[in-house]
Amino acid sequence: MSEALLEVRNLSKRFGGLKAVDQLNFSVAEGAIHGLIGPNGAGKTTTFNLISGFYRPSSGSVLLSGEDISGMPMHRIARRGLVRTFQHSTLFAELSVLENAVVGTYMLYPPQTFAALAGLRLSRDDAAKNRARQVLEFFGLLDHADELARSLSHGHQRALGMAVALASRPSIVLLDEPFTGMNPEETRGMMKLMFKIREAGATILIVEHDMRAIMGICDRITVMNFGRFLTEGRPNEVRRHDEVIEAYLGKSKQNA
Amino acid sequence: MPRWLVAVGVLATAALLLALPHVLSFSQREVLVFMTINILVVCSYRLLTLTGEWSLGHVVMMGVGAYASALLAKKVGVFVPLAMLLGAFTAAMVALVLSVPLFRMKGFYFLIGSFAAGEIIRLLWKRFRDPFGGPKGIKRIDPMPDFDLGIWNFTFFDPVSYYYFALLVVLAGLFVMWRVEKSPIGLVFHAVHWQDNLARSAGISVRAYRTLALVLSSGFAGLAGALLAHYIGTVNPNMFDIEQMVYVLTWAIVGGTATFYGPIIGCVVLTVVNEIVLREIGLEQGRPMIYGMLLIGTVLFLPKGLEDLFHRLSRIGLLFSRQPRGGQ
Ligand SMILES: Nc1ncnc2c1ncn2[C@@H]1O[C@H](COP(=O)(O)OP(=O)(O)O)[C@@H](O)[C@H]1O
Ligand SMILES: [Mg+2]
Repeated sequence: MSEALLEVRNLSKRFGGLKAVDQLNFSVAEGAIHGLIGPNGAGKTTTFNLISGFYRPSSGSVLLSGEDISGMPMHRIARRGLVRTFQHSTLFAELSVLENAVVGTYMLYPPQTFAALAGLRLSRDDAAKNRARQVLEFFGLLDHADELARSLSHGHQRALGMAVALASRPSIVLLDEPFTGMNPEETRGMMKLMFKIREAGATILIVEHDMRAIMGICDRITVMNFGRFLTEGRPNEVRRHDEVIEAYLGKSKQNA
Repeated sequence: MPRWLVAVGVLATAALLLALPHVLSFSQREVLVFMTINILVVCSYRLLTLTGEWSLGHVVMMGVGAYASALLAKKVGVFVPLAMLLGAFTAAMVALVLSVPLFRMKGFYFLIGSFAAGEIIRLLWKRFRDPFGGPKGIKRIDPMPDFDLGIWNFTFFDPVSYYYFALLVVLAGLFVMWRVEKSPIGLVFHAVHWQDNLARSAGISVRAYRTLALVLSSGFAGLAGALLAHYIGTVNPNMFDIEQMVYVLTWAIVGGTATFYGPIIGCVVLTVVNEIVLREIGLEQGRPMIYGMLLIGTVLFLPKGLEDLFHRLSRIGLLFSRQPRGGQ
């Protein structure tokens, strides 16, 4: 197995008395599509927020390529090549699709303040637009480049969220519930995209509470429940794991 | 729009702006100078609001530029136009220092914090007679030196001359701000305003860009302050108090801040209302009250400001002008 790109060590997050994430350990191999699953409220989004720097861990650490990134602000972590999407389609609603993607290229082509004051047009501004178009084409959004982000369909908004994240060519991207609210056809399209993203060189860590949706795409799956590590393995191992079945069935019985 | 039409529009506007002082009375010319300077103040204020923060210290930053430029000219003997630029730079640098504590806060707390920071600066002006002149401020500030262009002899005590000079400076300032807004920096400002977390995950330091907006907007406010100081020849702490700030806020809110021209409309319309309507019917004393009512009225009935009205009117105009083509 190749070296771990991302490693989570004894990670914990408390909200008052609630341990949303409790002594969590797992690692993501370079080039993998790695799933993080668990019932609703298991602490998956919180884990994402800890890894991406949105929250500070109560204890424990996060290592990216062996370097400790825990407690760093989000934009610094992003600059190290770890980028996330948000659970609900979070976009710049009043900007065009192309402009959204241009913001995504910020780290590749950071704008120059003095050039803006002096009114200079830099070649990097064009390069940013070209890269933005390229990533929109990758996600099948180029035809919508001039539309406002808020006018896109739900599926397209999801895709644009990923385009913004991937525009900067991150080494690892964290996707929070990318399949939510998708019909079977959109789900199939999104699964194909995942493979394409991996081919393009990014490692993927993906959160889902729907176990079936990501069985087909993940190399490895970490299961958590009540903030804790439950088990980890290849999809067919996890699927047959007694406690996993119990965690999900128990949940659905409660819901019923 | 065809290029010749733009050119005609620009020329017509230029002619109008050049001719404007000549159809006004002397006191109206003075008001015209103030309004020109105020347009720079309110537009620079909008630059800050692009990142989503509203400050109550903007007028004080204008004062910092005014004091710095006045002192540099009077005590150090710096050439007045250069002193003005240095005044703007001083305001920008003071804003940079203030941003360190202020941007630990957001929204309402930033608003209050900016007010407190402004009051501290005003207190320093009052407390330190040397060099700030205490409550009475600085008097007999050097005016712009006269010069002769051949076609026009600039004597800057004359409002018409000073209006032309201020207009040039203000237009240059607006041009730079407009360009910043249309540049990739402006895109980042928008991103920081509307989805700060998504911006962060794109690698953007939200704080750095909020600081940039504050520093730039304060620099232009400082430039406006310097223009004012060398025109009226005196500065004092009361010129930059919260009442003045409320006027700037009113121009911005009544005009609207979504577009570049919104605050300009607000400033022009309210100045005209103030000077023509209120002064004529002798209600000038009621200015704060009437501004307050206008502010509330705008928030209730025209939440997007006059710019929205303007926008809708121009769309209706466009609709009519397009009708012949609609029949094709
Ligand atoms: N900001 C917060 N403040 C307090 N409690 C939170 C916060 N975020 C999440 N939680 C709680 O932490 C637990 C885990 O939530 P979350 O990470 O969103 O779960 P998941 O994404 O797996 O559904 C839940 O009980 C949730 O209510
Ligand atoms: Mg979640």
